[in-house]
Amino acid sequence: MTDILLDETPLAPQVVKGRSLWEDARRRLMRNPAAVVSLYVLAVLVLLAAFGPFLWVHKYNEIFPDQVAIAPTLADMHLLGTDTVGRDMVARILFGLGISLMVGAAATLVALTIGVAWGATAGFLGGFVDEAMMRFVDVLYAIPFVFFVIVLMTVVQLDDAWANLLLIFMAIGAVEWLTMSRIVRGQAISLRRREFVEAARAAGATPLQIVFRHIVPNVLGPVVVFATLNIPVIILTESFLSFIGLGVQEPLTSLGRLIKEGTDQMVTSPWMLMAPAATMLVTLLALNFLGDGLSDALDPKER
Amino acid sequence: MLTQAVRRLLVAVPTLLCIIAGAFFLMHAAPGGPFTKERQMPPEIERRLERQYGLDLPVGEQLQRYVGGLLRGDLGPSMVYKDKTVADILAEGAPTSALLGLGAMSLALLLGGALGVLAAVRQNLAQDYAVMALAIVGVCLPPLVIGPLMQLLFGIQWSLLPTSGLYRDEFRASYLVLPILTLSLPLIAIISRLMRASMIEALRSNAVRTARAKGLPEAQVIWRHALPVAMLPVISYAGPALAGAMAGSFVVETVFQLPGIGKQFVLAAGQRDYTMVMGVVLLYSVLIIVFNLLADLAYRVLDPRTRTP
Repeated sequence: MTDILLDETPLAPQVVKGRSLWEDARRRLMRNPAAVVSLYVLAVLVLLAAFGPFLWVHKYNEIFPDQVAIAPTLADMHLLGTDTVGRDMVARILFGLGISLMVGAAATLVALTIGVAWGATAGFLGGFVDEAMMRFVDVLYAIPFVFFVIVLMTVVQLDDAWANLLLIFMAIGAVEWLTMSRIVRGQAISLRRREFVEAARAAGATPLQIVFRHIVPNVLGPVVVFATLNIPVIILTESFLSFIGLGVQEPLTSLGRLIKEGTDQMVTSPWMLMAPAATMLVTLLALNFLGDGLSDALDPKER
Repeated sequence: MLTQAVRRLLVAVPTLLCIIAGAFFLMHAAPGGPFTKERQMPPEIERRLERQYGLDLPVGEQLQRYVGGLLRGDLGPSMVYKDKTVADILAEGAPTSALLGLGAMSLALLLGGALGVLAAVRQNLAQDYAVMALAIVGVCLPPLVIGPLMQLLFGIQWSLLPTSGLYRDEFRASYLVLPILTLSLPLIAIISRLMRASMIEALRSNAVRTARAKGLPEAQVIWRHALPVAMLPVISYAGPALAGAMAGSFVVETVFQLPGIGKQFVLAAGQRDYTMVMGVVLLYSVLIIVFNLLADLAYRVLDPRTRTP
């Protein structure tokens, strides 16, 4: 790896190196069958979640009073049956999947923003600032954050279901940034002293150019891996909150909430548990396989 | 080693104070209090109750009184269950939660560790793929799915094991089998992955190459030379994870209706039982700090590289 950098940096520093890094990673990702399949599965899931609720014949909050808790049937297109109130399960799962994915993505975004900003600042400034900022992270690590999220969710009960959802994003995101900040700080420190950064400095690049052209692309790898593997963790956290009744509120729903409702009825109507649980399993499996694949593809040791 | 431990414990004091203050202000910033009920009580009585529990004082002063009580080993009275102190309630829940957490973690360390070693020794062979497939499914199937499924299969379908509750007067271990299994599955998954990764690294180390070159039998190389080093990451994971499993297996305790601390905490947070919430948060923080410390000490004992000659 070093000699590639040494070869290319003096000549055409950014364009060639940047493309080869990502091109390389992409090619290795495509050779990993599990990751490729996961990528397609995820694309399908995202499309289903984004457009499914509008295209499906039933609405997620539409109630069929004469078809309560019926088993999967072709009649009236209740392919996965209906729930205890008489709402179509396919519509609810599509909608819940969307909410779960949204919570995962949004909370990860919050965690990324705080974590990258915090870690990069600490890593680049170094010295006393770094020490103080990272000790702060250490203290936060010792705090039982699950408890804080629970307390937060119980004390702030917003009337509007969407506002409540926003609160979930914020609460979970505010919890998950710690690991991110440690990863970014470590990367920043090791990169600051690398030859290609020194070469760029010697060639007269400004600090801003160095950060955006040389540092950011190199930090992006671990960040992308972390983000991919963080989404399933957040989806699980959200479903756990929904499970104890603190997550997504009616009339909205999420996979976790659907599973919770399904477990209450599992003896009489097992389809109410099986379908959302299977959806969640597939989603989480795809995200995990993709994350592992990305982590292998972007690992500099494997290059 | 002793000075290190003492220093870590001293650092823990300000950390704990931060946690206490944070949780305290968060709780008190919330609208409603422990005496806010659906049925309105006369304002004089509510005020008298608040005075009795010191809730009419400024928050800063309340915090001061609470910390003062802690220093005397007093966690305060529960604000919802008038005849009980927080310590009483915790003492009721602790044995169940501790049994559950310890059981699940021991099972996970034994089974997860063994599976991880197997996968590493048979790297890229069928056994490896099987273990890793199992592990990734275990990570993706949270207790809130596994628990109900196990109840359905073992409890209702095959009627092998009881599905919920815990007999107090006539304690039977069979009531803990399904909860412990449910709680340990994700732990097994994570530990086997960690174990595999670090075992592969250990097997490539110079120490192992030397051991093999000496002509030691392969079993001895694996168990005596590679395993102690490979166990280190597992141990630093297991410390805080054990604290988590012992203090807050909310889901498992809810699904199987066990009277543990996790269930008490969720109830207490809903009822604004300030002192009870603080008690659980504090207990959990102390557990995390202690188990982290124990994990670090175990690290030193196991890793020959950190041992001082």
